[in-house]
Amino acid sequence: MKDLSGHPLIVLKGVTKIFGEGQAAVEALRGVDLRIDTGEFVAVMGPSGSGKSTCMNIVGCLDTPTAGSYLFKGIDVGQLSRNSRALLRRHYQGFVFQGFNLLNRTSALENVELPLIYRGISAAQRKEQALRALETVGLKGWERLTPGELSGGMQQRVAIARAIVTGPTVLLADEPTGNLDTARSREIMDLLTLLNRDSGITIIMVTHEPDMATYARRIIHFLDGTVALDEKTGGEN
Amino acid sequence: MLGNSILLAFREIRRNVLRSFLTILGIVIGVAAVIIMVTIGGGATVQVSQQISNLGSNLLMVTPGKRLGPGQTSETVPFKTSDVEAIARDVSSIAAVAPVSSRSLQAVAGNSNWSTTVTGTETSYFKVTKRSIRSGRTFSESELRSGAAVCILGDTVRRKLFGNQDPLGEKIRLEKLSCTVIGLMEPKGQSTMGTDQDDLVVIPLRTLQRRVTGSTNIGLIQVSVRDGASTEKVQKEIVQLMRERRHLAPDEDDNFNVMDMKEITKMLTGTTQLLTALLSAVAAVSLLVGGIGIMNIMLVSVTERTHEIGIRLAIGALEREVLMQFLVEAVVLSSFGGLLGIVLALAGSVWLSGLLRVPFVFNAGIVMIAFLFSAAVGVIFGYFPALKAARLDPIVALRHE
Repeated sequence: MKDLSGHPLIVLKGVTKIFGEGQAAVEALRGVDLRIDTGEFVAVMGPSGSGKSTCMNIVGCLDTPTAGSYLFKGIDVGQLSRNSRALLRRHYQGFVFQGFNLLNRTSALENVELPLIYRGISAAQRKEQALRALETVGLKGWERLTPGELSGGMQQRVAIARAIVTGPTVLLADEPTGNLDTARSREIMDLLTLLNRDSGITIIMVTHEPDMATYARRIIHFLDGTVALDEKTGGEN
Repeated sequence: MLGNSILLAFREIRRNVLRSFLTILGIVIGVAAVIIMVTIGGGATVQVSQQISNLGSNLLMVTPGKRLGPGQTSETVPFKTSDVEAIARDVSSIAAVAPVSSRSLQAVAGNSNWSTTVTGTETSYFKVTKRSIRSGRTFSESELRSGAAVCILGDTVRRKLFGNQDPLGEKIRLEKLSCTVIGLMEPKGQSTMGTDQDDLVVIPLRTLQRRVTGSTNIGLIQVSVRDGASTEKVQKEIVQLMRERRHLAPDEDDNFNVMDMKEITKMLTGTTQLLTALLSAVAAVSLLVGGIGIMNIMLVSVTERTHEIGIRLAIGALEREVLMQFLVEAVVLSSFGGLLGIVLALAGSVWLSGLLRVPFVFNAGIVMIAFLFSAAVGVIFGYFPALKAARLDPIVALRHE
């Protein structure tokens, strides 16, 4: 499936990433070829050091490949400046992290509003959109509380609300259930599935829990900096 | 974009009330100190000039001893009564000449006693110093010549020794000298140097010399120049006369000093201005320390907030947006600190000038300078830590907990 611009959402061609120089150089990615289309729900799995996080950072425009190319909607991200990559993140991508990464001492509402402020959206509209996003993740009525006053699962919901409030094309989740118990994890996964199905948001999720990966409709296994296995699954739903 | 940065900066300030308060504390104190010092100093200078102009500019003071720089000493040749007579006789255009010798003494009347200054002089003293007699009389010729035990009281001494009683005709004791009060002076209030000008007892010069000091030396000669005559001309004539009387060779320096009020004015205002400058320098240092405080807090807060900066960068904040947020935060904090300092300083200045009885002189210049300085501190010290923050790699910043 191609989006309106006629380009696939994410294309990695021979992406290599080397950290360090000379003797100390570590090859984290060794020629990764990957294509992810709009609307997919992808789980990325693999042991520590397999390159899955490095790959996520590149896909999330936080890092650039040493060699090879990464095309996001047909745009060669490797050629973009720091600022242009920030703008890509701002307009097309949402992030959910294992450690939630919310601003402390700041209400759930203000946390969710944050990306909208950077987009320059008016105060009234900002509040309305943020409240709607919080409602989507099931936190209606909790918007005045700060992360410290919320449970882990709720904090992750706030983080998801913050990621989806701008209506991104793709949601990147780095071990979103890593800090949660099984029941909470299932709630989060149900929420992601719902978002993927009803809002058509592309979801790319890194996890090392096979249980969680089964929610996705495609699982990509990383090993030693390459894609070892790329399998389609039915998904739980 | 600026609007967003202001919004984010204000949210940050509100989120960290204590840190924000600590940040501005240095600036508040620095700005307030500078303004108070300069305002009070300016008030003191104005007061000095006002009081000197009240004294009149036709007064000359002749003191023994060389004109010396600080720390120098020399033997002084004191004046005698004959010097006073010579000035009165040979110098033209003078209205009055008064010899003045003073001694600090305990004055006793009945059960009361009061430590005061006893001045031995002649009747001309009242004319030279523009003092008038409120009740009673001045010294008679025979009292002056014979060194009679009579005295005229300043208002403070009268109040301290006699309270509401009428002192005329009463006796007071000055050390071994017991003298009769024959007159009371009109009060003059505080002097330029902040001393009480009514805290004195005036007795005939000869009485002081014979019965108190036991020497015929005269401490200083006060000369008032006739209205319309040139003070400088009289000054030159006195210098000429004294040099002749003291047989000074042309290459020798004067071993006496003739000062007119202009010089005294200059000296006194010079002193107050120097003091003001000194205090302002101290205050400026505290302002600088306040600035360094802001810099430190900004630096520390960038380090502390690295994780937060990572979050902002990851969700799509641009480098310049993070930079702008920190910059606005610093400018808002330091401007607010500056304003608070100004308010505090003005209140403090009004209060202090009342307490020290100096006029309150509003100095718009220093208020502006202090405010601009505090704002500049914010810009400069806010910019560099912010630059450091905004340059961070989001991945690195996010790992920072």
